[in-house]
Parts: sequence; structure tokens; C-alpha cells
Amino acid sequence: MKTICLYFEIHQPVHLKRYRFFDIGKDHYYYDDYENERSITEVAQKSYIPSLRTLLEMTKTYGKQFKVSFSLSGVALEQLEMYAGEVIDLLQQLAETGCVEFLAEPYSHGLSSLTNEDVFIEETKRMVKKIKELFGQTPKVLRNSSLIYDDEIGALAGRMGFKGMLIEGAKHILGWKSPHFVYSCAMDPNVKLLVRDYKFSDDISLRFNDSSWNEYPLFADKYIGWIDQLPQEEQIINIFMDLCALGIYQPLSSNILEFLKALPALAKDKGIVFATPGEIFDKAKPIAPLEVAYPISWNDEERDTSCWLGNGMQREAFNKLYQEAGRILACRDRRIKQDWDRLQACDNLHYITTKPTGVGMYRGFYESAYDAFTNYMNILGDFIKRVQDLFPVEVESDELNALYTTIHNQGEELEVKDKEIARLRARLEKFESKEEEKKPAPKKEPAKAPAKAAVKKTSAKKTETEKKPTAKKTTATKKADKAK
Amino acid sequence: MKVLMFGWEFPPKIFGGLAVASYGITKGLSLQGDVETTFCMPKPTGEEEKFLKIINMSQVPVAWRDVNYDHIKDRFVGHTAEDYYRFRDHIYADFNYLQGLDDLGCMQFAGGYPGNLHEEINNFSIIAGVLARSEEFDLIHAHDWLTYPAGVHAKMTTGKPLCIHVHATDFDRSRGKVNPTVYSIEKNGMDHADCIMCVSEHTRQTVINEYHQDPRKCVAMHNAVYPLPQEYRDIQPQKNPDEKVVTYLGRITMQKGPEYFIEAARRVLQRTRNIRFCFAGSGDMMAAMVDLAAAYGIADRCHFPGFQRGKQVYECYKNSDVFVMPSVSEPFGIAPLEAMQCGCPSIISKQSGCGEILDNVIKVDYWDIDAMSDAIYSICTNDALHDYLAEEGLKEVDRITWEKVGLRIRECYNQLLGRGYFNNDDYLNAVKGIK
Repeated sequence: MKTICLYFEIHQPVHLKRYRFFDIGKDHYYYDDYENERSITEVAQKSYIPSLRTLLEMTKTYGKQFKVSFSLSGVALEQLEMYAGEVIDLLQQLAETGCVEFLAEPYSHGLSSLTNEDVFIEETKRMVKKIKELFGQTPKVLRNSSLIYDDEIGALAGRMGFKGMLIEGAKHILGWKSPHFVYSCAMDPNVKLLVRDYKFSDDISLRFNDSSWNEYPLFADKYIGWIDQLPQEEQIINIFMDLCALGIYQPLSSNILEFLKALPALAKDKGIVFATPGEIFDKAKPIAPLEVAYPISWNDEERDTSCWLGNGMQREAFNKLYQEAGRILACRDRRIKQDWDRLQACDNLHYITTKPTGVGMYRGFYESAYDAFTNYMNILGDFIKRVQDLFPVEVESDELNALYTTIHNQGEELEVKDKEIARLRARLEKFESKEEEKKPAPKKEPAKAPAKAAVKKTSAKKTETEKKPTAKKTTATKKADKAK
Repeated sequence: MKVLMFGWEFPPKIFGGLAVASYGITKGLSLQGDVETTFCMPKPTGEEEKFLKIINMSQVPVAWRDVNYDHIKDRFVGHTAEDYYRFRDHIYADFNYLQGLDDLGCMQFAGGYPGNLHEEINNFSIIAGVLARSEEFDLIHAHDWLTYPAGVHAKMTTGKPLCIHVHATDFDRSRGKVNPTVYSIEKNGMDHADCIMCVSEHTRQTVINEYHQDPRKCVAMHNAVYPLPQEYRDIQPQKNPDEKVVTYLGRITMQKGPEYFIEAARRVLQRTRNIRFCFAGSGDMMAAMVDLAAAYGIADRCHFPGFQRGKQVYECYKNSDVFVMPSVSEPFGIAPLEAMQCGCPSIISKQSGCGEILDNVIKVDYWDIDAMSDAIYSICTNDALHDYLAEEGLKEVDRITWEKVGLRIRECYNQLLGRGYFNNDDYLNAVKGIK
């Protein structure tokens, strides 16, 4: 049975404002509120709301036969919460239908997976939590920003407990292989991969309304016909795109939503079904491992990371941004954390690209790559200064990183110890109950269980923040001793 | 193909950018092999390169004199005595009334830009009439407004197509307050021209809007640069690694916007002190700029080394970290290209014609001192930006050659000769391949 896996990305960058170098140290607000409100409202009105309504309608019409999946970036979610709550409402309604799966992605839509594992884990976990809060699902499938993937990221996803990832069907990776199978990560066979079929995806997101395309106009029956004609053993067709494709890249006047609505019925006639990534991973077995030594993404013809890290300026900005990661992870200042998320968004680096694209590229309000670089570096200059002011300058960031690792390790150690304590307590209880059997008049300790939980919670919190866990540890062990 | 070209300057005697451009254009054309250029100029030195035929307008007779070949044959600079006799046979009116004729019946030129410039322009066009009658050529090409009357005269006499090359207009020089005499000469030349080559789209728009020319006969013909000679390439920069140098190089005059440079310098120096600003050049606003720097209290960081010539110019670029050209209106502006050849990143005003063909420079509005100071600061503090602009700029400027300009001009000539008129749209289609 052929299966269509439909996935939409929801991400909008936070627009930075014009920030001159003489603002460094004086002005700590970096965003263009007007532009943010305008652009997110526009996208919501023109694209998100009508397309989500259509999808909701489709789930009602076709029931469980129609499935779709989404992932959201945290920075976009914050803006939607602020300016376009209706989008969140619609997503929640969709979540309730049971036809929708939400995927995890790094909160910032940034490139942390390429440089700093700790940052990546932290922000992905944060996003998972947020999805759980808003939509009542715990994502099991990971999708990295712009489908960035290499073997190490795949292995990391495995360590984080994800079933699988979505990746780009880059020609130089697949070679003769077909994207219509489930693959597995070369470094972790338990991590399964769904490969984007860029032909079928771009037919909708890039070419749908292009009258110079030789297949124009594209009708749903033609499209389903193409899928039907694929060889019988090619079972999984992954259609991944930005939700903006519906309404922004392809205007609503092109009737793209009608096209979408018509798909499930026609698919049913041909015996084609819809499924979410999680469902596919549960059923399908990977056909082969896929080796990806260098990072790939779904951007540009090269399908690599060159549009963010292609020139020296981009790499400089990238390195500057992540060199203070240790301090930021260690700090508890909410404003700094929020700025950090927003500054990480890869759009900021994309504006600095100098690749000749042939087509006009969107650079925000920046006139050129140099302008974008200057503005971003000015903001980064101020941001880094704030971060450095949090901790004494003498503390080298290496040292801080080491400190952070210690805290991190101690946290893990504590967890192990907690488990140990729980085990010992259980034993003790058993022992005591045996004793009690001998002795009449049993003495219960009802406060024990909650106290245990409390210990666990506080210790977990401490790991993220202070350097005191050693003290905590001793008290914890003392308690354990007492319990013994 | 034979081209009769009128120009005012030619290397090695250089007064301004015109000489360099004239050299580049004629050299670019000569590389094609089948273009024969006759270059007429007021006063050659005799040391010009010999790839083209030079005619010395100071030795073209306008009044008949009976002179002996043996007595005069060694006196000519540029053309020969034989040419002289041929020219003498084509004197078309009696110009004995003219003041200052010498024993050969020729008018003398001071060369350069003397006080009686308008008189010289007039004489130049009278002599052009003689040349037009005695020389054989297919078309006429006149550089800059000084030679437009000569070009028009030659066209009137022979009916051959006239191409004029606009290196600057009076609108650029005067910020809109034009000299009516100059304007009328420029306008007359443009009205008679079959093809108007402007050194940038910026200038082309001025020609279309201020001189009311048909856009179809105006074409943007950007200048180029010659590769640096080895002597200049070998210059080793000698600078203090702890300090950055930001340079302005050019005449210190209203057209070039030096006051915006000072304003930007002031802003940069409010935040950082390890940057020096170098004002290389001289001009009518120099004293005012020194005063302004002093008034802002940044005189210790602003340096005025005066007019730079020859090798000094390149030493100046090599020792700079940023080159700034804040021109209010610049028809083309060759200086940023030279700076880029020396590996010095450039910031130029959007009102500069050269910006149209450059990508690896930072462009700001000349009045936007915030953006200008921000760009200066960014290049000085972010090595990644400096290095990127320096490397990519060098590559880019190496691709801009006079040879390609020659090919483009040739395309214009072909159109003019092939069908008798010029159309910019057809030209743009034809030169798509020359990149």
C-alpha cells in the first residue's frame, strides 16, 4: 500500500531592527516590533489560517484516513502566541482530531546541531515540553531546522530517544537510491529516516502556480496519478514543505487549497493512504543505512549548509554566537535566554549569504550581505557583552564550559544516586515490613514517597543552575544513610 | 573600421580621469585588430604610445602658408609633415582673421584647462572641420564636452555618425547649478549625437532627464581599470597593526562630499580611538575640513597629507584598511576600483556610477552618515568582513577590463554603421555575453 507522508514546517524569523554600533552597550532591545507584528499577521492571514482551516475540514471529511504532521519553531510559536492566537487555536483543534502528529525541532530554528550538542539537546527538549503543554503530545520524531542532518546528528537523536528523523532527499546522498523507502542512520540503526521527495514536494511548493512549467496546471488527479505510477515496491512518498507554500509562495488564488482538499478522495480510489512519520516508523523496517558524512539540508540546489556558513562572514558570526554558549546555558536570565533563541535563528545567517542565486533573494530590510553582517555583529557585540557581564571576565568560557560539564555530570550522577536511594529504600521497606510482620503495631511513614520526589526535583533543578550540588549531594546521601 | 576620435587628454600627460579613460578605450579598441583610431588632441607631448595615430591639433593648418618641406619636416609632434600638406589642401574657409596664427598657419593650444577654455574649444572645432575634410573615416567619437563642438562640426561636414562619450556632466560638477554656456555646449553635442555613451547608468539618467535625450540613443558604457603594474603590486604596506586607517582620496571639493566623511569619522571616534582618518587630496574645501575636524575635537585622529601623485596614491591605498568615497554625485569614479586592486575594501556612495558594476563594496547614501560610520566601524572591527571584501573585491575588479569595454563599444559602432541608428535595447541584448 502506498503511503503519503505530509509534513508542514511552521517557522517565521524574528526580524531584527536597525542597530548601529553606537547603540552597543546602550540599547538592549534588538527587534523590529512593527515588522514582526506585520509579517506574522500577514502570514497568518494569507497562509496559516486558511490552510489550517482547510486541513481541519479535511480531517472532518475524511476522518482518520487523512493524516498530516507539523513542526513548529519556538521563536515562531512565541510570535504566534503574541500576535496570531487563532493559529494556535486551529493547531489545537487539529491536535484533538487525532489525525495530526507534532514533531520536535530545536526551539530556536538555529544551527546548534552543527556545533554544540548541549545547546541542541537543551533547546530540543524545551520544544518537546512546549509541544506537550500546548498540544498534549510528546513528539517522538525529530526534524532539525531546515532538515539539517548528518550521521552524528542522527546518532544524537537516537541518544535523545527519538524514533527517527526527517531528512532531505539530496541527490548526492541518495545517488541511485529512491527516497520512497525508510532508511536508518549509519551510526545508529535504531534511528529511522524519512527522506523528502523534492520532486513531489516542489511540484506543490515551488511550481504549482508557475505557468511556464510544462505540467501547468497541476490537478489533483494528475498528481495522484504520478504517485500511483511509481513502481510497486516504492511505498512511501514524503511530501515536506513550509506551510507558507500554501498561500504565500503559491497564492490562494491559484486554488492550491482546493487541490489539497481533492487529494485524499482521489488517493483513496487508487488505494493510497496517508500516515504520519511516527506511524510509518512504527510499521516500516529500514531498508538500508544511509551514510551522510557532511551535513545536508533542504536549502538551495546544493542541499548543504553553504547558505548559512558559506562565506567567512557567516562563519565568523556563527562562531561568535556559539563561543559564549557555556555562559548562556549556565545563566538564568530569561531575557538573555530569549535573545539567545532569537539570535540563533538561522535566518540571521542566511541574510549574510553571498551566493549568487540567480533569483532575487529575501534579505529582510538589509540592502546587502555586508549590511546584514554589520547589523548582526553589532547586536551580537552588545549581546555578548551582556553575557560576559553576567560572570566575571576572568572566568574563561572554556573554564565555564568545564564547569557546566561538571554540573551536568553531577546531575547525571545524582540521578543515578537517586535511583540507588529509591532501590535501597524499597529494600528497606521490604526489610521493615518483614520486621513488622514479626512485630505488631506497624508504623507507617506516609511522607516518604513525596519527600523522595521532592529530593529528585530539587536536585534536577540544581543541575541546571548552581554549583552547589555537591552540598546537596552530601545531604542527599546523609538522608540515604539515615534511611538505612 | 576607421574612427576619428576627438579627445582633450591622453597619457602620459594626465590632468584628470579623462586621460586614463581615453587611453583605456582606445587601447581596448585597438586590441580587436581591425579598428583604426585617429586620435585628435590639442597638444600631444610626442611620448604617447604608438598603437594609434595621434593628430596634433596645434599643427593642423587653418590658413594657407607657403612653407618649404625641408624647413618644417622635423617640427611635427604627433602627425607628419606629409599630413600637414594634405590638411593644407582641405582648408575650407579663410581663417586669416584669427588671432595668434603661427608661421604654419596653425592655432596654438595651451593644453590642459586654461582660462580661455571656451576660445580653445571653438578653435578646436574649427580645426576639426579641416580634419573631417581631409581624413577618411567611418565614424566620429568625441570625448567629454570640450570636444563635442568638434564632433558636431565633423558630422555636419561629412554626414558620418557621431558618438559622444559623456565622462561627466555639468550637473555632477555643480550639484544642479549649471553653467549655462557649458550646458548649451553639452546639450548641442547630445542633440546631434547618434549615440551617447555615458560612463554609468547614473549619468545616463542625468542625460535623459536633464538634457532631455531619447533614452534609446543613450547607453551606459562603464569604465574599467588596468591591472596594476608590478612596481605597485610590490609595495609593502607599512602600518601599525594596532591601528586602523580609513582613507578618503580625491579632490576635497563639494562634489566629493568630504564633510560627510568628517561626520562619519566623528561618530566612529566617539566609540573607539584606535582608528585614524586620512584625507588625501587637496581642493577648495580643504581649509574648511581642517576647521571642522578641529571643531569636533578629532583633529588628532584626522590627517591631511595633501595631494598624492603616482606611486603615492597606491602606497596610500595599500596602507589603508578602508577606502571611503562619499561623493554626492560621481559619474563613474575610478578610485574605489584602484583601492580594490590594492586589496583595500571600499565604501562608496550610492550616487557613484562605479557602484553599478561592483558587488563587493559597501554602498551607502552619501548623506547617511549613520550607515557610513557603521560600515567603517564594522570593517575595522570584524576581520571577517574586511578579508572577505578584500579578497572578493580583488577578484571582482580583475574581471573588469578595458578589453571588454572595447568589445561593447565595438557593438555600438557596428549598430551605427550597420543600420545608421542606435538602439539601447538591441545593444543590451547583443552584449549579454560580454560579462
